[in-house]
Amino acid sequence: MQLSSRIFLGLFCLLVAILLLAPTLVVIPMSFNSNKSLAFPPAGFSWQWYDNFFTNPEWLLSLRNSFLIATVVAILATTLGTLAAFGVTRAAARTGGLLRAILITPMVVPGVVLAIGIYAVYLDTGLVGTVAGFVFAHTMLAIPFVLIAVSASLEVFDRRLETAAASLGAGKLTVFRTVTLPLILPGVLSGALFAFITSFDEIIVALFITSPYLKTLPVQIYSSITRDADPTVAAVGTLLFLATSFIIVAGLLIGMRRGRT
Amino acid sequence: MNATNRTPGASIDIRKASKRYGKFVALRDLDLSIRPGEFMTLLGPSGSGKTTTLNLIAGFTEVSSGSLEIGGKSVLGLPSHKRNIGVVFQHYALFPHMSVGRNVAYPLTLRGIGRAERDGKVRHALEMVKMADFAHRYPNELSGGQQQRVALARALVFDPPLLLMDEPLGALDKKLREWLQLEIKRIHRELGTTFVYVTHDQEEALVLSDRIAVFNGGQVEQIGNGRELYDHPATLFVGRFIGESTVLRGKADIVGGDTVVSIAGTKIVASGKISGHAAPVILLRPERAVLHRPGTGVVDGENRLSGIVEEAIYVGSGSKYDIRLKDGTTAVVRSPLGAPEFAIGDTAEIAFRPGDVTLLADDASADITLT
Ligand SMILES: Nc1ncnc2c1ncn2[C@@H]1O[C@H](COP(=O)(O)OP(=O)(O)OP(=O)(O)O)[C@@H](O)[C@H]1O
Ligand SMILES: [Mg+2]
Repeated sequence: MQLSSRIFLGLFCLLVAILLLAPTLVVIPMSFNSNKSLAFPPAGFSWQWYDNFFTNPEWLLSLRNSFLIATVVAILATTLGTLAAFGVTRAAARTGGLLRAILITPMVVPGVVLAIGIYAVYLDTGLVGTVAGFVFAHTMLAIPFVLIAVSASLEVFDRRLETAAASLGAGKLTVFRTVTLPLILPGVLSGALFAFITSFDEIIVALFITSPYLKTLPVQIYSSITRDADPTVAAVGTLLFLATSFIIVAGLLIGMRRGRT
Repeated sequence: MNATNRTPGASIDIRKASKRYGKFVALRDLDLSIRPGEFMTLLGPSGSGKTTTLNLIAGFTEVSSGSLEIGGKSVLGLPSHKRNIGVVFQHYALFPHMSVGRNVAYPLTLRGIGRAERDGKVRHALEMVKMADFAHRYPNELSGGQQQRVALARALVFDPPLLLMDEPLGALDKKLREWLQLEIKRIHRELGTTFVYVTHDQEEALVLSDRIAVFNGGQVEQIGNGRELYDHPATLFVGRFIGESTVLRGKADIVGGDTVVSIAGTKIVASGKISGHAAPVILLRPERAVLHRPGTGVVDGENRLSGIVEEAIYVGSGSKYDIRLKDGTTAVVRSPLGAPEFAIGDTAEIAFRPGDVTLLADDASADITLT
């Protein structure tokens, strides 16, 4: 390749990278602003917005809600999604494909459309503004991610190992616990992680079914930023950015370690 | 695993077992009896139902009809994990997330055997297959032959009365295969467990087995030891499948209790006759015939067939010749060292006694199935 075109390609990549990272990188300096404004570049330096986040009960409560909901969602969606993945990969090819297409719709249908539907149903059933309401809605949104991650693992899993385990004296549940599950665990764990994050940063459906008494963190961020230009949202954003980066890097490291054995 | 508390081998009785997959019949009224402690090999062409039979015994599939008894008890409906049968697969099927030691300990853990006893049994089993130094390795750190030895240890560590093996050496090279055959034979002798072994390599079957069941089209055509199958095949299929042979066909007559078949104008006598209405054919083994130059070494009462040498191969212990007869049949003859030698294109006469051939009922399907 010619030098000039190589330089051009390099610059182009750099430009794309900046474009992708810019919004995130703007948030971090803003969170240390010493004025109560979201202006960029920020003026001065202070920890006060972090301080506010950790002392303001409104923020802490929404964080707690998000954690609680996302944890329950991760457990539910991982269980249901894993079972669904078994059904899909072990059904006849035709049926399996159809089931898969149906199970994946929540990922394809626009979020607003889903949100309207959910809201309509919740109004009648009194689920608006309840933890159960959030859990149901988010589980539905998260199942496709688990399904995809787990069925990818199941497709490379050698089913003949199950036959071998049975011949050695293992009943169906024991086979699952001692052979199948350990071998598809990377898929299950990454499914669980996806499910957690799907719920934790979900905003569209949350805005529809939230109430003044039950807000998740994304809802709190949104209402705070629309009410006044509070840099606390930048502090929250920075913390979330650090937390997710940490989780993803840890996940990658675990994946690499497992891949080696 | 030690000599004192070893489980004796189990017998197997399969009666009129059929297995259908939709309309397709994989096994057709199969009868098979295996004695306790016997080394039985299931031999037959691809698709003849060997694996299906093994899967029925192991409980991986159920019969469509018929009966199946192991150790005198019916096991119909008993799931595989309750049958207490060791199984070795062609593809090893070791658990990749467990070390060799944990793989072998797996069936013992399931049976709730305590740690000390378990460790002892695992060590014994690994010593038996000469893999004791590999207990801490993972399956992906072993060669194919080593993996299969571990699989064998895992299938035997819980002292099953019966061990099933489906082409366990199929994926290994010839040298390793021959060595492992001897190892398997030694282990069988030491344990007294009933072994049922599937292969489509007849040499392997001859090396290992007490008896061989020859499968064809979902049925057992004949059961016997190697000598019985080779010298006294019950059907043309068995005769052709076991070892090399030449099939001579022609118009047949019965003369004085013997069968006379005319082949390309020459009358060939074979002792005895076959029962039934099918046309008789003559099966000639390559080492039962002697090659002569035309007109030499004539002995009274011997059959003679003339042909052209089409191929002459030196095989160390002698020579192997393909001889083209006048009717187009190619006959195979093996001559020992010291016998007259022939070159391609020579005319040769094949000589054999009427009692050295086998008469069998003709069966066109015997040819088709072999291809
Ligand atoms: N699950 C199944 N569904 C339909 N047909 C099957 C199934 N399993 C086996 N068969 C058919 O049954 C017949 C016997 O199969 P089997 O596996 O027993 O043959 P085999 O003697 O073991 O052959 P090979 O030497 O190739 O392993 C084959 O024709 C095969 O196609
Ligand atoms: Mg087979």
